Amino acid sequence: MRTFYDEITKIAGNVVTVKAQGIAYDDLAVITTGHSTSLAQVIRMEDDQVSLQIFGGTEGVSTGDKIRFLGHSFKVPFGDALLGRVFDGSGRPRDGRPEVKAKGVEIGSPAVNPVKRSVPSKMIHTRIPMIDIFNTLVGSQKLPIFSVAGEPYNDVLARVGMQADAEVIILGGMGLRHDDYLTFRNRFDEAGVQGRTIMFVHTAADPVVECLLIPDLALAVGEQYALQGKNVLVLLSDMTSFSDALKEIAITMEQVPSNRGYPGDLYTQLARRYEKAVDFDGAGSMTLLACVTMPGDDVTHPVPDNTGYITEGQLYLRNGRIEPFGSLSRLKQLVNDKTRDDHQAIMNACIQLYAQCEESREKREMGFELAEWDMRLLKYGDLFEEKIMDLNLNIPLFDALDKCWEILAECFEPEETRIRDAIIQKHWRHKSHQPKPEAQVETVKS
Amino acid sequence: MKGRIKAVFGNMVVAQTKDRVVKNAVGYCVRSDGIKLLCETIRVRGDSVDLQIFEETRGLRVGDTVEFHEEMLSAVLGPGLLGQIYDGLQNPLPRLAEKAGFFLEPGNYMHALDTERTWDWTPKVKAGDVVQAADTLGSVPESIFEHNIMVPFGWEGQYQVQSVAESGSYAVVNEIATLTDASGNAHAVTMEQTWPVKRPLCVAKRRLLPTKPLVTSVRIVDSMFPIVQGGTYCIPGPFGAGKTVLQQITSRHAHVDIVIITACGERAGEVVDTIREFPKLQDPRTGRTLMERTIIICNTSAMPVAARDASVYTGMTLAEYYRQIGLNVLLLADSTSRWAQAMREISGRLEEIPGEEAFPAYLESRIANFYERAGVIELRDKRLASATIGGTVSPAGGNFDEPVTQATLKVVGAFHGLSRSRSDARRYPAIDPLESWSKYVGIIDPKKVARMNKILRRGDEIRQMMTVVGEEGTPTEDFTIMLKAEFFDSAYLQQNAFDDVDAATSVDRQRFVFAKILEIAETDFAFKHKDEARHTLQKIGSMFLNLNYARWDESVVPEADRQDEPTDKTAVEDDKAAERGNFKEILGQIDEYIQSLLDNAKKSQAEDEVEQVTV
Ligand SMILES: Nc1ncnc2c1ncn2[C@@H]1O[C@H](COP(=O)(O)OP(=O)(O)O)[C@@H](O)[C@H]1O
Ligand SMILES: [Mg+2]
Repeated sequence: MRTFYDEITKIAGNVVTVKAQGIAYDDLAVITTGHSTSLAQVIRMEDDQVSLQIFGGTEGVSTGDKIRFLGHSFKVPFGDALLGRVFDGSGRPRDGRPEVKAKGVEIGSPAVNPVKRSVPSKMIHTRIPMIDIFNTLVGSQKLPIFSVAGEPYNDVLARVGMQADAEVIILGGMGLRHDDYLTFRNRFDEAGVQGRTIMFVHTAADPVVECLLIPDLALAVGEQYALQGKNVLVLLSDMTSFSDALKEIAITMEQVPSNRGYPGDLYTQLARRYEKAVDFDGAGSMTLLACVTMPGDDVTHPVPDNTGYITEGQLYLRNGRIEPFGSLSRLKQLVNDKTRDDHQAIMNACIQLYAQCEESREKREMGFELAEWDMRLLKYGDLFEEKIMDLNLNIPLFDALDKCWEILAECFEPEETRIRDAIIQKHWRHKSHQPKPEAQVETVKS
Repeated sequence: MKGRIKAVFGNMVVAQTKDRVVKNAVGYCVRSDGIKLLCETIRVRGDSVDLQIFEETRGLRVGDTVEFHEEMLSAVLGPGLLGQIYDGLQNPLPRLAEKAGFFLEPGNYMHALDTERTWDWTPKVKAGDVVQAADTLGSVPESIFEHNIMVPFGWEGQYQVQSVAESGSYAVVNEIATLTDASGNAHAVTMEQTWPVKRPLCVAKRRLLPTKPLVTSVRIVDSMFPIVQGGTYCIPGPFGAGKTVLQQITSRHAHVDIVIITACGERAGEVVDTIREFPKLQDPRTGRTLMERTIIICNTSAMPVAARDASVYTGMTLAEYYRQIGLNVLLLADSTSRWAQAMREISGRLEEIPGEEAFPAYLESRIANFYERAGVIELRDKRLASATIGGTVSPAGGNFDEPVTQATLKVVGAFHGLSRSRSDARRYPAIDPLESWSKYVGIIDPKKVARMNKILRRGDEIRQMMTVVGEEGTPTEDFTIMLKAEFFDSAYLQQNAFDDVDAATSVDRQRFVFAKILEIAETDFAFKHKDEARHTLQKIGSMFLNLNYARWDESVVPEADRQDEPTDKTAVEDDKAAERGNFKEILGQIDEYIQSLLDNAKKSQAEDEVEQVTV
């Protein structure tokens, strides 16, 4: 069968159409132009007209250029030789070192059979109270960080990444600023995790389409490690760049846009990637943390909106803090009843009171008279922000819970917290911090 | 009937054929490695046939063979469906996993029923009897039910029983009867039959108006926005507001015979939860595991889109089948928006003229037709049976003003709207008590519900007014009404889905506690100032919270007034038993406290009068 074709009939956007026969859907091709070569993938076939998405972009492609079909869909080399390495969106090394010679695995594997998934059960400690207490991260969870452009989302991502005890860390960077890429590298180096890290990086300077394959590459490699029994953490940033690349292709293909120009299958495209997060029954797991920047700080923008429906919760990053409202780990109840008996009660009470504090703050802003109750709520809000919400805190879960009890006791009477009696009796701190009666007896004895 | 592939685009294939093709019939695209991919004919134009493929199309080539079949996409019906976990095309997922391992490879299909398992057949007809479609020929026990084996639903006219198998063990594929039609042709009947999923299955004497409450054990639903057996309801809500959790607790505690869970285009992890938990959980009303009354259809978001569209119909067909047997079935679909999006994707590929937000023009009628499949029917032998549909809706941006929510609201009988502000404040279930509605009558006297509603609404008005005039500008009486509304909300409407006791409230308990709260809410405590009102209602509220965590003591309701079926209390295991208070004791404390408040109010009133006299 012939593999070279050069009858290009159409060049539009990032898509090239060529006359060819016997080509399989989804197959990979290489296009060679006067100054470069690029990978391309079949995205539509009609009779002998085959449309290809060109990862390197179509700038400078001529109607006389040659296209060679590889006879298979996209494969990424897999093996321990990948550890410590950096690749681009076409899977080529970008760290100046030689290509990896290893057996390739197909990207975009089929869905995992749900009966071969286990119920996630392992808490991932991050030592950030806003995550550990209120939005507990669980192994195999897929969790996005919704963020406005200026927030330190990549920092948070890197930090959670380094502190979580994953055996393999895979970073997928899409539309990254070169500085951000270097920062990730440096931080992983400093933390000494570079040796178990693999990076697939597309920077803002690279062709847009190259960004499309980043999640698939990262997830395909992660999945292989998980099948080998490893616990893998995949970090993706920024999924909005990925979605914008999807939008670009869809528009080129003249698909009817559904919402603000995004294609109708945006949900499906995102879900196919996020759903790769898994805890295999009888093998390892893959946890997925992704940054999603919200254009115009708007959660109802199609990208964060669709993401929110797919992922198992979300963290909102705003004013340098993880927002207590809106942020949510849907899997937290799978683990937070096994940490300490007051974990759930504290989680609910602190948030409900903080919500009431916000109301009192509004009253204050409106210049209304404040009741004694409002004053206490205001005091509570300030303490809570300072001692619990601060993102720079680095404390274990139990210490964080104890801190919450201290704050509550400083501001409220037990029944005002609406925490059940049994829990109150066990954990309530008395204001003056006098030692509990039993404790006294013990000191006397000894 | 064969054709050749002409074009491939996403999950759409255009084939060319000179043969006869049937619209909506299934077919197979044959990949060059021999793997056959299931597809459905969705449009015919001249000799061009548009097919939607129920699998990934990777690897298909122009020129590959397409096989066309006659039959439409159908569900397999018979004993052995209960407890099964299927994908949207009714492939049994556990058996697929045994065969193929971790991944759902394209082109792997399996028969929906276990053809080797045998069932204890008891005939109910004899040779010579005259029967027609959906009449019972005999039965086999399945779980706690008597599973009737019926004359195939599609058979028209009357048939005479020529022979019927004796009592004994048979597999679903064994012949259990031979029937002769009017022209004397013999037809074999086995225990399984098929039915095209997109066609409503309803062989009944007549349809009845649904009126019997379907108890979910969720207080805000049963007491405020009830649903009924054979009715329909929807749960729209932004992401994370609690749609799935609400459906999950409903699937556990709803008072129906059978629950069919259709996970349509949502997370696989949520289904895993159910798959792992249900075989361990006991249904308190039957003593069997919950799995034995459940069927899971699971076409999650990473699975092919066209099969997602099929999954809601597959689920509905199974629901209708068990309704024909004479049972009450609840179909839960999560989420119908994903189904609508699947329609949108397919329509887009067909290049149909798009409607609002690019949804196809027929979106509304498809949604209406689907919900119309619910209902109470009277079977030919006078028994009543029902199929109820509850669907979640995931509106883009959480805005209910979008095509899927609006089309659904037009056709359902109850609307449980989840609000972002309630879920952000962790007020679960986040059903908005001011926005939601139900056209049905539930377990609480509607007059009482209206009185409670009045307090809720008034409370909300006062709260809004207060943002303008401040607390100081609000009279204590108004302030108290607002606090009472808040008290009802926190002590009754909110419910912790993750506590064994609070998660499910029985009918008697709901009636009892509702009446108690209504009484308190309508009592005039004559508070002197706002801090007193706030403190008092906070205290009452916290007592009721303790009450919610205490195990129900039915002896507080006179025996004659009880409606709950007695449950076996010794069977329940509770790791929090030690922390739970005693229902009657807490109730006593509440009554005592309320009495003391009333006494105080009376006393101070008397003192006031004395003062006035002396002055
Ligand atoms: N009734 C409830 N009680 C306690 N927590 C709830 C309840 N409903 C929802 N939640 C919390 O909200 C999260 C999201 O709920 P979920 O049903 O998955 O949302 P949705 O399906 O609407 O996106 C859950 O993981 C849980 O933490
Ligand atoms: Mg959900």
